[in-house]
Amino acid sequence: MSTARPVYGILAEFDTPAAVLHAAEAIRDAGFRRWDVFTPFPVHGMDRAMGLKNSPVGWFTFIGGATGFALGQLMIWWMNAVDYPILVGGKPYYSPLSSFPPSYELTILLGAFGSLFGMLFLNRLPRLHHPLLKNRRFKQATHDKFYIVIETDDPKYSESDTRRMLERLGSRHIEVVEE
Amino acid sequence: MAHAASSTAAGVPAAVRVEAPPPELEREPLVLNQRSPGWITDHIAGVAEGKTPTWWWVAFGISASVMTVCFIMLAYLISTGIGVWGLNHPVAWAWDITNFVFWIGIGHAGTLISAILFLLRQRWRTSINRAAEAMTIFAVICAGIFPLVHTGRPWLAWWLLPIPTSNNIWPQFRSPLEWDVFAVSTYFTVSVLFWYMGLIPDLAVMRDRAKSKLKQILYGLFALGWRGSNRHWSNYEKAYLLLAGLSTPLVLSVHSIVSFDFAVSQLPGWHTTIFPPYFVAGAIFSGFGMVLTLLVPLRSVCHLEDIITKRHVDLMCKVVLATGSIVGYAYGMEFFIAWYGGNPYELDAFKFRAFGPYWWAYWIMITCNVISPQLFWFKRIRQNMWAVFIISIVVNIGMWFERFVIIATTLAREFMPSNWGYFIPTKVDILTFVGTFGLFLTLFLLFMRFLPMIAISEVKGITPQADPHHPLGGAKEGGHHA
Repeated sequence: MSTARPVYGILAEFDTPAAVLHAAEAIRDAGFRRWDVFTPFPVHGMDRAMGLKNSPVGWFTFIGGATGFALGQLMIWWMNAVDYPILVGGKPYYSPLSSFPPSYELTILLGAFGSLFGMLFLNRLPRLHHPLLKNRRFKQATHDKFYIVIETDDPKYSESDTRRMLERLGSRHIEVVEE
Repeated sequence: MAHAASSTAAGVPAAVRVEAPPPELEREPLVLNQRSPGWITDHIAGVAEGKTPTWWWVAFGISASVMTVCFIMLAYLISTGIGVWGLNHPVAWAWDITNFVFWIGIGHAGTLISAILFLLRQRWRTSINRAAEAMTIFAVICAGIFPLVHTGRPWLAWWLLPIPTSNNIWPQFRSPLEWDVFAVSTYFTVSVLFWYMGLIPDLAVMRDRAKSKLKQILYGLFALGWRGSNRHWSNYEKAYLLLAGLSTPLVLSVHSIVSFDFAVSQLPGWHTTIFPPYFVAGAIFSGFGMVLTLLVPLRSVCHLEDIITKRHVDLMCKVVLATGSIVGYAYGMEFFIAWYGGNPYELDAFKFRAFGPYWWAYWIMITCNVISPQLFWFKRIRQNMWAVFIISIVVNIGMWFERFVIIATTLAREFMPSNWGYFIPTKVDILTFVGTFGLFLTLFLLFMRFLPMIAISEVKGITPQADPHHPLGGAKEGGHHA
């Protein structure tokens, strides 16, 4: 093709989790920034091999859960003690104890929403259109192959050097992915 | 291990060598025959792909017909009125609330397997969690029908929610029945979220394997563009852990709150503090029973014996044995406290339960729930799939009778003899309940036909081929990484 499309990055295939793990360590040590590892299942120790920090998704869970609990208590207090007080069995209009079970359930409900949507937000998903999803070879990433992709945006990227490095790290199939 | 640690006490880090256990103590692998990740993907996804087998059509036809019976009965009930049921004063919570508690209880195994066993690092859960979570969702759908139609005017059921009505009155939050609305709806929603989140990587598997354009689009849409990126896995695994952490207290709270429906009332036989743990144990007991009922035939029909191994069945049987024994203990303890508590009404309620006109229901319950799971002490029975299948059905018959005994016997004999009665179900009662099994099985059959019924990426992740430090995962002998 003469009118070449812009290149997204370089894709290297590996056969075993150990091979891709050691390759990731080498790429981390070489100082690359815009790169990623693609595996059919989470590979144990890969976060450290890539130099990833602890995931911040817990903050979304915490904020969701805290909102749920406060919302539950405030809602019940306002409904049963302020807006339309009903006297039942001579008990207080509002008690944090009897309103605990519904508030507790709301804690879990909003905490769960926070976890799922926080995870999706951090991962920038849903994203249905992506250069890698167009690549035929890459379909094996959900089957039994392991990939490392280094993007052209990376300041250290150079097509020949990066390719040579990935070959040296044991990849048996390397190809360029178009945008 | 302990002596290995003490030998390095001098401060010199001697090379600690963990010896392999003797062969008789070695655990069976979770995936038999050293199946590769590719084989696992092909095999599990293959259940949902390819030509629809004949047995599926037969099963679907029967289930869908039974489901239709349920819908006809519900339409008859709603159009005619609650009088078509056998419930009446004094047994006003009869068949339908029994069915509600029964189905909710079954729904507890899914979250237990996916959340509690995850936190306890029980890796065998990966082969069964997807199907059990789906079962949970369908069981909660069946459960939800009963309190809804029990209200008599289900079109006003939204009054249960904190939504402003023209009456200007809000729900009364001191009632456990209102807590139940929050518990069950949260349980359903969180179960769906947990199930869907686990499905995302597997939907991507289905998308990448799909041959037809329609399947590519539909699986692709729900896979949200999952690419298996490790930066994504990192957030995903943390979110999964947090969801498991949230679901664990949730699953325990839901059946506790269901038990509050009874325990917070003042009736002898209901007003006991043992109810929350006793209900939760019973729920797990019946839920595992239902998981076994579904998976024991499916593993052979779908040729999944290498993934759902005999070891998995064995472990589930042990959970049934443990929870069944807790349930048996609770039955005994209820009687002990009825006597020891010195309350004549309480003692009388329990005498009535075991020796009154409902004696047959009580002894069916004891036989099915206390005696039958004790057979699982024997390994030969745990390894015999027919025996496991039959006992798992017996367990669920027993658990239905447990709820019936608790509800009907307590209400049938209140404080005053003028208030005594006897509940007899009508045909509509019975057919509605039978019909919910049709609904449950129809949903389950649709699930296993369109979605991977075993968590593909999770099962792949527990094989030795997935371990970068195992020779099968590509590690060099004696290899070490930073």
